Amino acid sequence: MKVRAQIGMVLNLDKCIGCHTCSVTCKNVWTSRDGVEYAWFNNVETKPGIGYPKDWENQKRWNGGWERTRSGGLRPKQGGKWRILANIFANPDLPEIDDFYEPFDFDYDHLKSAPEMEAFPTARPRSKVSGERMEKIEWGPNWEEILGGEFSKRSKDYNFEGIQKDIYGQYENTFMMYLPRLCEHCLNPACAASCPSGAIYKREEDGVVLIDQEKCRGWRMCVSGCPYKKIYYNWSSGKSEKCTLCYPRLESGMPTVCSETCVGRIRYIGVMLYDADKIAEAASVAGEKDLYDAQLGVFLDPNDPKVIEAARAEGVPEDWIESARKSPIWKMAMEWKIAFPLHPEYRTLPMVWYIPPLSPIQNAAAAGQIASQDDMPDVKSLRIPVRYLANMLTAGDEAPVVSALERMLAMRSYMRSKTVDGVVNLGVANRVGLTPHQIDEMYRIMAIANYEDRFVIPTTHREMVEDAYDLRGGCGFTDGNGCSTGTSGGKLFGSRKFVTPAEGWK
Amino acid sequence: MHQFFFGTYPYIALSVLLLGSVARYERDPFTWKSSSSQLLRRKQLVIGSSLFHVGVLVIFFGHLIGLLTPIQVFDALGISHGAKQLLAVIAGGIAGVMALTGGGMLLHRRLTDPRIRATSTFADTGILVLLLAQLVLGVLTIFVSLQHLDGHEMTKFMSWAFGIFTFDGQAASYIADVNPLFKLHLFLGLTIFLLFPFTRLVHMLSAPVRYLWRPGYQIVRTKKRGA
Repeated sequence: MKVRAQIGMVLNLDKCIGCHTCSVTCKNVWTSRDGVEYAWFNNVETKPGIGYPKDWENQKRWNGGWERTRSGGLRPKQGGKWRILANIFANPDLPEIDDFYEPFDFDYDHLKSAPEMEAFPTARPRSKVSGERMEKIEWGPNWEEILGGEFSKRSKDYNFEGIQKDIYGQYENTFMMYLPRLCEHCLNPACAASCPSGAIYKREEDGVVLIDQEKCRGWRMCVSGCPYKKIYYNWSSGKSEKCTLCYPRLESGMPTVCSETCVGRIRYIGVMLYDADKIAEAASVAGEKDLYDAQLGVFLDPNDPKVIEAARAEGVPEDWIESARKSPIWKMAMEWKIAFPLHPEYRTLPMVWYIPPLSPIQNAAAAGQIASQDDMPDVKSLRIPVRYLANMLTAGDEAPVVSALERMLAMRSYMRSKTVDGVVNLGVANRVGLTPHQIDEMYRIMAIANYEDRFVIPTTHREMVEDAYDLRGGCGFTDGNGCSTGTSGGKLFGSRKFVTPAEGWK
Repeated sequence: MHQFFFGTYPYIALSVLLLGSVARYERDPFTWKSSSSQLLRRKQLVIGSSLFHVGVLVIFFGHLIGLLTPIQVFDALGISHGAKQLLAVIAGGIAGVMALTGGGMLLHRRLTDPRIRATSTFADTGILVLLLAQLVLGVLTIFVSLQHLDGHEMTKFMSWAFGIFTFDGQAASYIADVNPLFKLHLFLGLTIFLLFPFTRLVHMLSAPVRYLWRPGYQIVRTKKRGA
């Protein structure tokens, strides 16, 4: 048993209102720079839809993630090491920027500087890459917002696999949900495995996956390797960039910017202990539907004395073990089993998990006739097809998703009778296999969602890793030699001088 | 003049190549990259870049082995100078045409595609033009070589290159009477060496072959002291 600690996240899709605050605050902090205008380390997609970049979930097209070899081993789906190196001159699986969208801005200045004309002046779009006029914007970061566009295009969504999807194009039967996405900080990251330079690494102490900007050579294999398409090639700096899980914030015990600013309070961050020795085995189980269970098997119970002892032996700090015991992630993923990994079939063992959303019952007119007990409708009658959610969260296995939805409905029913009627309905709790105490806790964490319940983040232990004496007068976060005061104006080796956003505004 | 260009200039060019690359790697590692533009435009790159790189690699290793292997090794192996030259002309010719075709596509793309043109630096376009000019010169020398297939001319270049690397003061005199086309090719080649550390060419020094024997796939970094 090799105990490691990982910062995990759960997003409660049942409460996501699709406001994009997470995306915007993330962008302001991390990607408001040249070369990554098109990059959204966090984005919110409306589902069903093909998403950002286009059709990202379809690995038959993009070859991201891992595949199981005939001998039972694991290999990046885009190819083993020889194949990756052979494709280094031209990567056949690399998306083009148009698959994300060509970044654009508008000629706002024209609104005030235009001469007197017959027509009202307009601000026309201009490409942020070439600087040329764009006559028509064909795609954007969130083109399918709230079911924008034709159903025939949106229904190419990979999660419709095995569903008679035509009826969902009819107005009466339509459904939608939001899917906020960020880097999964996988236990078995395909990006790191695909990087020929060895620039992408996973941090041992908290599991954050990062790209060493000074080691990255821009071979761009990580972009195609990541099945979630959450690595972005900065076309200006020639380096790949990705979500950092706001590690400078995490290290001081603060939640990520996307989580901190989430209006719906849907995000949870906490520590998970896992057994690093079990990763290879769990990621290579034969059946895709078994991958969800296999990943659950990798996690270690932080209340088990043997685990605690092993964690201490591995040097996991005491407050991290304590945080793992209080982790909201553990409760949702392991205890209540209401949170699921996104596309476990990619075999990356992702660590950003999702609580599936409830939805109204399909046919309101027939509401009275639908079989229901304790005001709990049959989850099969919910508007969002269970199979659709299962394709997204459990590789198509419906049973765990049904159980999660039932538990969420049971929590509502239980709390309704408790607070409105003043009756503790043990029947409904028993029916979904929960105790009243568990439901009370679920209610506190999921519905009330206090800050300290959502974010249980231990601080990093600098004293164990570095000598503060060497850090005096250190540099902040800059690229290259940006903090040296002795640099000349031009740059000998042709890079653009690093400009902080604040300097850029001047 | 001849002594400067082929006796002194090689040392200037190689020194700048070596020290410049070390300085850049050490002082400005953030700029050390391949500068791929495939994300912005896939068209013309997939075929162009593959042809160009494969061609250039063959030519590069051909020159390296052909010029720096001591002539005695070929004699000992029983490879006649004429046969060696014929091999160089055929392999170099094919690779040269590949690289020229690919490079031509890349240059066309770089000059005409609005996205690529807008994001190219002077060094990006400049070095590509120089490389193409060098390829053209190299392919043209084939026609000179075909005039004398005995391989004697070629041994002059081997003596020169070997002389440069063994600090032979007479090195330049070995190629005093070769065709001006060769001299131009040599001069441009040395100039490309000189410019190397200031362009994207540095990415070839970090060709990631070590990936092949990296243990496993994953990389975990620890912050534990002494680890």
